[in-house]
Amino acid sequence: MMRKKEVIVALVGNPNAGKTTIFNNITGGRQHVGNYPGVTVEKKEGFKKFKNNDFCLVDLPGTYSLTAYSLEEIVTRNFIVNDKPDVVIDIVDTSNLERNLYLTVQLLELGHPLILALNMVDVAESTGLKINDAKLAEGLGGIPVVRTVGARKEGMDTLLDIAAKVSSSQQVVSFKLDYGGDVEAAVTKVEPLLISLHTDLNFSQRWLALKLLGNDANIIESVGKLSNGDHIIAAVNEIRLALNNKLGEDVELFIAGQRYKHVGKIYEYAVNTGALSSITMSDKIDRILTNRMFGLPIFFALMWMVFNLVFTVGNIPADWIDEGFSMLSKYLDTVISDGPLKSLLVDGVVGGVGSVLVFIPNILLLFLAIAILEDTGYMARAAFIMDRIMKRFGLHGKSFIPLLLGFGCSATAMMGTRTLENPRDRIITMLVTPLMSCSAKLPVYTILIAAFFDEKIAGNVLFSIYFLGIILSMIVAWIFRSTFFKGESEPFVMELPPYRMPTAKSVLIHMWERSTLYLKKAGTIILAASILMWFLTTYPKEIEYSKDYDALVAQAEEAYTQQVSEDVLSKLEIENIDQNEELAALIDIIQKEEENFAAETKDLDEDSSEYAKLEEEKTEKNQQLEAQNGSIYSYAAKYVELTQKIENEKDTIKNQKSGEELEKSYAGQFGKAIEPAIAPLGFDWRIGISLVSGVTAKEVVISTMGTIYSIGDGNENSHGLAKALKSDEQMNPLVAYALMVFVLIYSPCLAALAVMRRETGSWKWPAVSMVYLTTLAWVVTFIVYQGGRLLGFGS
Amino acid sequence: MNKFLSDLRAGEKGIVKKVMGNSLIKRRIVDMGVVSGSVVEVQKFAPLGDPMEVKIKGFNLSLRKAEAEMIEIEIIL
Repeated sequence: MMRKKEVIVALVGNPNAGKTTIFNNITGGRQHVGNYPGVTVEKKEGFKKFKNNDFCLVDLPGTYSLTAYSLEEIVTRNFIVNDKPDVVIDIVDTSNLERNLYLTVQLLELGHPLILALNMVDVAESTGLKINDAKLAEGLGGIPVVRTVGARKEGMDTLLDIAAKVSSSQQVVSFKLDYGGDVEAAVTKVEPLLISLHTDLNFSQRWLALKLLGNDANIIESVGKLSNGDHIIAAVNEIRLALNNKLGEDVELFIAGQRYKHVGKIYEYAVNTGALSSITMSDKIDRILTNRMFGLPIFFALMWMVFNLVFTVGNIPADWIDEGFSMLSKYLDTVISDGPLKSLLVDGVVGGVGSVLVFIPNILLLFLAIAILEDTGYMARAAFIMDRIMKRFGLHGKSFIPLLLGFGCSATAMMGTRTLENPRDRIITMLVTPLMSCSAKLPVYTILIAAFFDEKIAGNVLFSIYFLGIILSMIVAWIFRSTFFKGESEPFVMELPPYRMPTAKSVLIHMWERSTLYLKKAGTIILAASILMWFLTTYPKEIEYSKDYDALVAQAEEAYTQQVSEDVLSKLEIENIDQNEELAALIDIIQKEEENFAAETKDLDEDSSEYAKLEEEKTEKNQQLEAQNGSIYSYAAKYVELTQKIENEKDTIKNQKSGEELEKSYAGQFGKAIEPAIAPLGFDWRIGISLVSGVTAKEVVISTMGTIYSIGDGNENSHGLAKALKSDEQMNPLVAYALMVFVLIYSPCLAALAVMRRETGSWKWPAVSMVYLTTLAWVVTFIVYQGGRLLGFGS
Repeated sequence: MNKFLSDLRAGEKGIVKKVMGNSLIKRRIVDMGVVSGSVVEVQKFAPLGDPMEVKIKGFNLSLRKAEAEMIEIEIIL
């Protein structure tokens, strides 16, 4: 048999009707996610070979209606009308048939070949509902009705068989709803007006007439654009006004009411509700989960679990990835010869790819958590519980979860805003999310607090920063809502779907889709930006050093050699260490022990009791060694001490050199250039550079400060940085606090900006976010620093 | 005196008489099946007192009290 052309099937249905499960069942892994041109609504396509047909399934957004109420509704109806799928499958939640049929009727009115899939029919009939498929089909203009159970993959083949049949028969659906004398009279008046116009719109005249009478903004705009459109609109406006008066209510609402009445009749005709119990299992679960007493505690406990899953659990594999990449850097460092290529690979590319991949575990787990919350039906309840609080700041109940995730990572949190339907709410939430102090900012606070604040008040200082962020986010959200995002607030009229057991497959597919999208879109931007930052902090290479660092190293090494021969070699009358085996062996032992000690105490405070304990153990071991080996021990110890000293000296010189290189790099020049702008905040150019490079990722503020204050890599030696900062005359507790405030507020990191670009579809919002947050940071820090000085804290 | 959905307490029922208010919220309410003649039953209020949850046409719908104030009803026992 000849292969036919691809059959395009559009899946339509109410949210929570199980549309996505059926889509995944049929297409399996073969799908493609993109966006509809110009809008952020997702477009999902999947492919399936079945019998002799190639199917292309399009998963349209879930909608309740086909008015111009939301972007999803417009996308859905435009796709059906303009892209002319061969067949539309309307997937309905059978337990909730009456409301679902409201959309079905509107789809029928569009006049496209339609199949009704009675999904989750098993659940519905187990509650006592009896559906007569034939009568239902009869009421719906004779369209095919198929029973499906998405979760058990029942009815999938039938669905495809019928889709193939319907698409080849080219049957025209004729379904006409009678809206009563007054409306029908008005329609007959409008229809002739539409014939006169050479319409490019694919809708039927009756449909257009009804929409124009119903004041559908999207259709009025389309018609208005056509030649002679203005006249038609004006004429229709008059007819609508007259009709409004006659009906005593809005035409569109009257039409909606009539439609529901009709749906009610079909429902009564085809469905036997029998002894339907009005309290379902779902209601019983809900009585506990949204209980007046327990609702909030349960909610916070669940949020705590989500947060810990995403960040505490997620950071474990994230650390492995991080370590893997630093091992890779170290490896490349040894195999490639020095030069710009090596620097690009090691610091630019590997660093950049690493910073993209390091987010993967958190993102996978985030989307796992969100998928579970959504698929079980709890997400809607979370919004239900939090709405009262969020509403005060002009946000929606659903904004709470992304904001909470902001304490972990802004980039991740911004992806969490996908659960918000209204674009305005999404953008405001994304704009204020960076004010939730993310976990990358924590190391900055920790070091500054350790250096400048007493241990007793450390907790309060840290809390005050987090608290400031929360307060600012509320104020900012409120200001945005009442200025740039003015207008009607998003209604909270929302379905609370029944609780359901999520299927592993749909949860996993959901998680996978989101994560790969992140990798593709945000990943490339982050990588490019990381390479740019590498360039700015590394070049220009030809700089004039203030000191001859190589000579300093040579000088130090010479002094070392002389010292060793004086204090060790000459005393033992040998030329080099290896001539005395006993000595060489002992040196090895002591060096190993020192290395162990250094590794064990890496994260410890020198004043801590654990440090003291480890140090004591070390001294004990050394005493034992001394007792066992006698006088030779002192020479070995001396040698180890000298070697350590020279290594430290060399490190210091190397760090001074890279500090100077950074100072004279483009980023450094920029830091110096902005010094006048940040001087009123108490910051000098060194802090300026650190803040600029901190835009790549907030923890970079610390490592850059490490380089600049010439104490080496900040990550590995944070105590060193704290000490260096403490002894710096420019720094004091007030500057430290001002710096924490600035780091809290200023521009989101590259990853967050990249995600924002991807989520909003334009560079406008990341730019707005960067500018407004940096300005806000400056203003707040200025107030803190100058206010602090007036109160006498600045010394 | 006219009664509104927002006046009901948990467990009380009513028949929708009329939906008022601005077009955006109104249209959303109507699309969700709150049209004249529908029976609504108040299930409960959120832990902080707002929004509220009602049952209509066999499903659960949440709406803020401010939105429920636009739905005129007739209480049934």
